[in-house]
Amino acid sequence: METIGIWLGALLTLCIFSFLYKDNPFYKFAEHMFVGVSAGYWMGTYFHNTIYPKLIGKIGHFFWELAHKNAMVVANVNGETVRVQGISFDFIHTLEYVLLIIPLVFSVLMLMRIFPRFSWMSRYGVSLMVGTGAGLFLIGYLKSNVIQQVAGLLKPVVEHSAEYGTTWATVGNLILIVGTIAGLSYFFFSKAHKGAFGVMTKVGIYFLMVSFGAAFGYTIMARISLLIGRLDFLINTWLLGTIFG
Amino acid sequence: MNLLDRLIKLDRRIIFLLIFLAVGIPLIAPIGLPVEPSQPIESGYDFIEEMPPGSFVLVSYDYDPSARPELYPMGLAIIKHLMGRGIKVVTMALWPAGAKLAEEALNESVQYIKDTQGRELEYGRDYANLGFMAGNQIVIVSLGKSVSKTFPNDFYGTPIENINILNGMKNYSNIDLIVTISAGDPGVPYWVMYAGDAYDKPVIGGCTAVSAPQLYPYFANKQLVSLIGGLKGAAEYETLIKAPGKASKGMDSQSIAHLTIILLIIVGNITFFLDKQRLKRLKRRMK
Repeated sequence: METIGIWLGALLTLCIFSFLYKDNPFYKFAEHMFVGVSAGYWMGTYFHNTIYPKLIGKIGHFFWELAHKNAMVVANVNGETVRVQGISFDFIHTLEYVLLIIPLVFSVLMLMRIFPRFSWMSRYGVSLMVGTGAGLFLIGYLKSNVIQQVAGLLKPVVEHSAEYGTTWATVGNLILIVGTIAGLSYFFFSKAHKGAFGVMTKVGIYFLMVSFGAAFGYTIMARISLLIGRLDFLINTWLLGTIFG
Repeated sequence: MNLLDRLIKLDRRIIFLLIFLAVGIPLIAPIGLPVEPSQPIESGYDFIEEMPPGSFVLVSYDYDPSARPELYPMGLAIIKHLMGRGIKVVTMALWPAGAKLAEEALNESVQYIKDTQGRELEYGRDYANLGFMAGNQIVIVSLGKSVSKTFPNDFYGTPIENINILNGMKNYSNIDLIVTISAGDPGVPYWVMYAGDAYDKPVIGGCTAVSAPQLYPYFANKQLVSLIGGLKGAAEYETLIKAPGKASKGMDSQSIAHLTIILLIIVGNITFFLDKQRLKRLKRRMK
């Protein structure tokens, strides 16, 4: 079984690599297969990890309890068991299940996008997600990426570092301060980039260029790493492992 | 057609072939170029070295197989180090396929500890895998309140109450270190924001090389204990724990490929400027 998997992986990798020569049906086949399998895998995972255990499974369990036990629960708020139409009824336990109606309703509303006439209904679900996400993100982002980063910049210029010594640590701090101020100046558009301010924005551009260069270098490194992974699989696992092994 | 014209009209497939050879040949015939650990990696290693045995570490696998070549060796090296020091490891995933990758790394690390130290590690006592949970940052926030409510079952469907190691892990107050191996969102920034900074917990971030430049400010500002970027970072960590693996093996190919790309950039630029000068000369002659 493992050998079949290796062969399948190797052949699909070669199909994808064939695009480097030119577009062809083998590449298209592998590409479509990848998209289909990924979508199926994601859907299956989300269903089994979230939709079933957190919604459908729980609702099903509720009805199972209702049908088989014919008595739901243990105690109510006053310590007495309330019976509704012959079924013992616990408020808190039942509330846990009743609350599931909220995500269920929003999920159904989200699916309304399929029908153009009712697609506006999906906006409620989307707005709930956007609102929650934005509220949660704003506080965290502001604290970690703005306040703490600014606080990190407010430090003595002359500093001693056990690793780099005083001189290099100070040079590092100076570069950090000049780079931040000059970089921010470049994005200040309410004043013409002329004179002394123009020089500062020019310095800012150079700092930005350096950061773009670093990002480009890291991107190349990442892409080569992926190629190493695939070639290592093709050479060592497939060729040397199964064919010549 | 002279050399300049040939270079200008060079078929891009020749460049692909050159890169292919630059990566492939060192994989067959390794050169053994040295790997020097850098400070962002060493600080993570030192932090784990100073942790007492029995500490709890949460390792989040926030990537899928597309980033496996870069990130799998990194997570593996860290888990080997943690298990080797007798630290309890609990893995989880914010990406659906991450849980399976975590399981693979745990099994490989358990075998490594058995082979190198002769210790038999037991699931549920020394390590556990919580599996995947949908919800991105909500999951991280929720873990701060209750681990058992966030993950009622582990990766295999076992209720969390039946797993010994997880009985001592109520929320972030029982977690001594968070490690996130991430290929994007949700990943390192979310863990820094919602766990590291919010609960004052140390976080080690492992990431793909593409995202490393964006995450360095977190490390520089001590919001991350360590930042391990790409295959290079993984190779450095493997060097530190003296367990060379796939990352160290790939470093020769990485270096030769980079050298090839640098040469191609130089040749490309020289060609560009020579062509520009030739055009200028032609224009002057026309006048």
